[in-house]
Amino acid sequence: MKQLSTKVTSNAHGQDSSYFLGWEEYEKNPYDEIKNPNGIIQMGLAENQLCFDLIETWLAKNPDAAALKKDGQSIFKELALFQDYHGLPEFKKALAEFMEEIRGNRVTFDPSKIVLAAGSTSANETLMFCLAEPGDAFLLPTPYYPGFDRDLKWRTGAEIVPIHCSSSNGFQITESALQQAYQQAQKLDLKVKGVLVTNPSNPLGTMLTRRELNLLVDFITSKNIHLISDEIYSGTVFGFEQFVSVMDVLKDKKLENSEVSKRVHVVYSLSKDLGLPGFRVGAIYSNDEMVVSAATKMSSFGLVSSQTQYLLSALLSDKKFTGTYLNENQKRLKIRQKQLVSGLEAAGVTCLKSNAGLFCWVDMRHLLDTNTFEAELELWKKIVYEVKLNISPGSSCHCTEPGWFRVCFANMSEETLDLAMKRLKEYVESTDSRRVMSKSSHERIKSLRKRTVSNWVFRVSWTDRVPDER
Amino acid sequence: MLSSKVINESHGQDSSYFLGWQEYEKNPFHETLNPSGIVQMGLAENQLSFDLIESWLDDHPEVLGLKKNEESVFKHLALFQDYHGLPAFKDAMARFMEKIRGNKVKFNTNKMVLTAGSTSANETLMFCLANPGDAFLIPAPYYPGFDRDLKWRTGVEIVPIHCVSSNGYKITKEALEDAYERAHKLNLNVKGVLITNPSNPLGTSTTRDELDLLLTFTSAKKIHMVSDEIYSGTVFDSPEFTSVLEVAKDKNMDLDEKIHVVYSLSKDLGLPGFRVGLIYSNNEKVVSAATKMSSFGLISSQTQHLLANLLSDERFTTKYLEENRKRLRERRDRLVSGLKKAGIGCLKSNGGLFCWVDLRHLLKSNTFEAEHSLWTKVVCEVGLNISPGSSCHSDEPGWFRVCFANMSDQTLEVAMDRVHGFVEAMVMSGNHGKQKRTMWDSRRRSLINKWVSKLSSVHCESER
Repeated sequence: MKQLSTKVTSNAHGQDSSYFLGWEEYEKNPYDEIKNPNGIIQMGLAENQLCFDLIETWLAKNPDAAALKKDGQSIFKELALFQDYHGLPEFKKALAEFMEEIRGNRVTFDPSKIVLAAGSTSANETLMFCLAEPGDAFLLPTPYYPGFDRDLKWRTGAEIVPIHCSSSNGFQITESALQQAYQQAQKLDLKVKGVLVTNPSNPLGTMLTRRELNLLVDFITSKNIHLISDEIYSGTVFGFEQFVSVMDVLKDKKLENSEVSKRVHVVYSLSKDLGLPGFRVGAIYSNDEMVVSAATKMSSFGLVSSQTQYLLSALLSDKKFTGTYLNENQKRLKIRQKQLVSGLEAAGVTCLKSNAGLFCWVDMRHLLDTNTFEAELELWKKIVYEVKLNISPGSSCHCTEPGWFRVCFANMSEETLDLAMKRLKEYVESTDSRRVMSKSSHERIKSLRKRTVSNWVFRVSWTDRVPDER
Repeated sequence: MLSSKVINESHGQDSSYFLGWQEYEKNPFHETLNPSGIVQMGLAENQLSFDLIESWLDDHPEVLGLKKNEESVFKHLALFQDYHGLPAFKDAMARFMEKIRGNKVKFNTNKMVLTAGSTSANETLMFCLANPGDAFLIPAPYYPGFDRDLKWRTGVEIVPIHCVSSNGYKITKEALEDAYERAHKLNLNVKGVLITNPSNPLGTSTTRDELDLLLTFTSAKKIHMVSDEIYSGTVFDSPEFTSVLEVAKDKNMDLDEKIHVVYSLSKDLGLPGFRVGLIYSNNEKVVSAATKMSSFGLISSQTQHLLANLLSDERFTTKYLEENRKRLRERRDRLVSGLKKAGIGCLKSNGGLFCWVDLRHLLKSNTFEAEHSLWTKVVCEVGLNISPGSSCHSDEPGWFRVCFANMSDQTLEVAMDRVHGFVEAMVMSGNHGKQKRTMWDSRRRSLINKWVSKLSSVHCESER
């Protein structure tokens, strides 16, 4: 009889992908401006480090929030005892209003329909437990966040069936791609329970268009299934257009109190917009009473620390702060993204036109030896080991076309980003000149690579030091 | 449309344990604002030593202020989501746990997995040790929350190990074997035994002999031993607390890969709101998998930072543990003598935040229906929310868990007065053959009627 569960022995956690392996290499040799200027620059971590100063200033001006005081009186005891899984009322109210503000106050969020969770990682898994049986499937547009393979499937037993999106139309979701995915699931004998999208998209950095959102709502209506919209990056939209939430579309289609609206659920978190992944703040928003009720009980397995709920309720209730923050955050992200895009351009590299997120979806297809995923992996290794940039290969995001990479821009200083772009430019220029080298030198380098490859392949299966970020 | 986990309502939260809590919420006692309200005695919270923590916080304002050596650590913490946990915090937890065990056991932080409360830790362990349909044996009576925490999303089954009052609820070899066989008759693969030590709801610590017996049993059957030691810091009387790890060491089993400990700061430190729990295991695979699973319930870095500082202050932790034990013992003594005056006895306890009270003599018949009816009276007539033994899967009707550490001295007095009044009334009505009318009689009767009709439809929520 097996000692441990199959969840443990089958390595079904999905964490052996290259996405996590590149992170491991970085950990061994991390770049530091002074201490390790030749180290690997981390561009695989979707963190928002651009606006901490705004929060720190607020904390300095409002010391009671962190000091667990209210009107000068200590509320430590109340918070220490507060474990009600309905959450701190003032926090849910502030969070609902913050979410409304991000959506231009065009839609309203009812705090009683919010379920708090320890991060959207917890929120997404909990929704799976509520909506799917083991063996049921959710359709996800590719490319998608690698962590979903663990978050949505591992302990729930749910399956993911990809909705194939391609560069030919900017990776937008089409009707035929949706139908194809649905049929594929049926071929695999999987019952489709819903569609899950990340909007804005990780790794694309683009917002779903109204057309796509309408398409999705129509699709789930006709198939009588759920739609989960993970809007974790909603506050990072910096483009000219406003963020359009699935809630906007429901409102516009006058479906707000309909049967369909009960099958549309939104996931949110403060990890990206506010840059607070360490505080573990996530939420599920659902119009279905039973989902809210069950998810609330399930949140016992991952409640948000009351200490943190209190701090954030104070922060987010300050409308002057939230207004300024969202504005400034947008500005800085836009500038940073421009810096990356022009840096890439200088290296002859383009990316998908983005208007949100903390990363760009970069096109390096022209740098591939062949149009294969093996070639993509080769290129990726070169970039990690030679160029010393940790970026995420598209295959780890289940992209169907080789040669695309996700490159983060909001987790480092301007100077570091400059350096990263310089390194890339040098590499591309040297690669161009290398292409005119003699064949024999080429073979020498190829065999060197082969040796590195086998080392690499050997290491693939045992890693444990992995991050928990998107 | 929704999963069976939602539809079947297998969350286990319709038990009376949670229902009494709901009644309390509607009519909570307050010394001045609602003196006739229901006194909450069903919540195992430790409210006795907050002043000690608050004065430490006053002496160290930079900790809550997220500063270290005048430098802000906010950014570092905001970004810190490494599921291996804040090293300083794990170190502090290890030392704290060692101190609670009189330094007889050492904890290695590499074997520790942090989780958002022991609720998360226990569920995660089940996901790691058992497949859906497997079973864990648990001595009854046990914490009602286990029916949700261990079974709901994991698909694992619980098979109770019957313990009885006649021997002080000690776990016996026969009871273990019996539970094991029952599991097999139900076609369930037994994956392990899970105990809470000290016990909730009994308030007694597991003896060395019992631990020895348990380890011998689990070793022979090649199954896991999970020891939830969440109340380890509340042992205030002899026998001293003995951890399963101590006995394992004596049996040369200290590196055994099938022994796991769960801990939390919710009871010893009274911080259930901060969601701090952990799993401790010698099993590398379990630690590795549980660490990845902890992604679904990490501890806020803000909280890890606070507690890393609090718990690494050795002077504070020594003083706290000592004072906490003292106050708990005093409070327990007060409850026990108050009950004694009313002719009510309880199981001799040496830890925990509650007593296991014997109300069998007040039952109309030796049945769980009678226990339920008595419980309804106690909630509605006496105005005390206590937990009926049936909600803890007790085998014998008439036992109740009564908490003592979640209220002021005055409130406990009020509760005891009410108990005396109730018992006196029962005795008198027994002697005179007539119902003695108390001033609340008719109001309580209507409440009971409302209560009975509501019993089957309410949804409730609560914690331990």
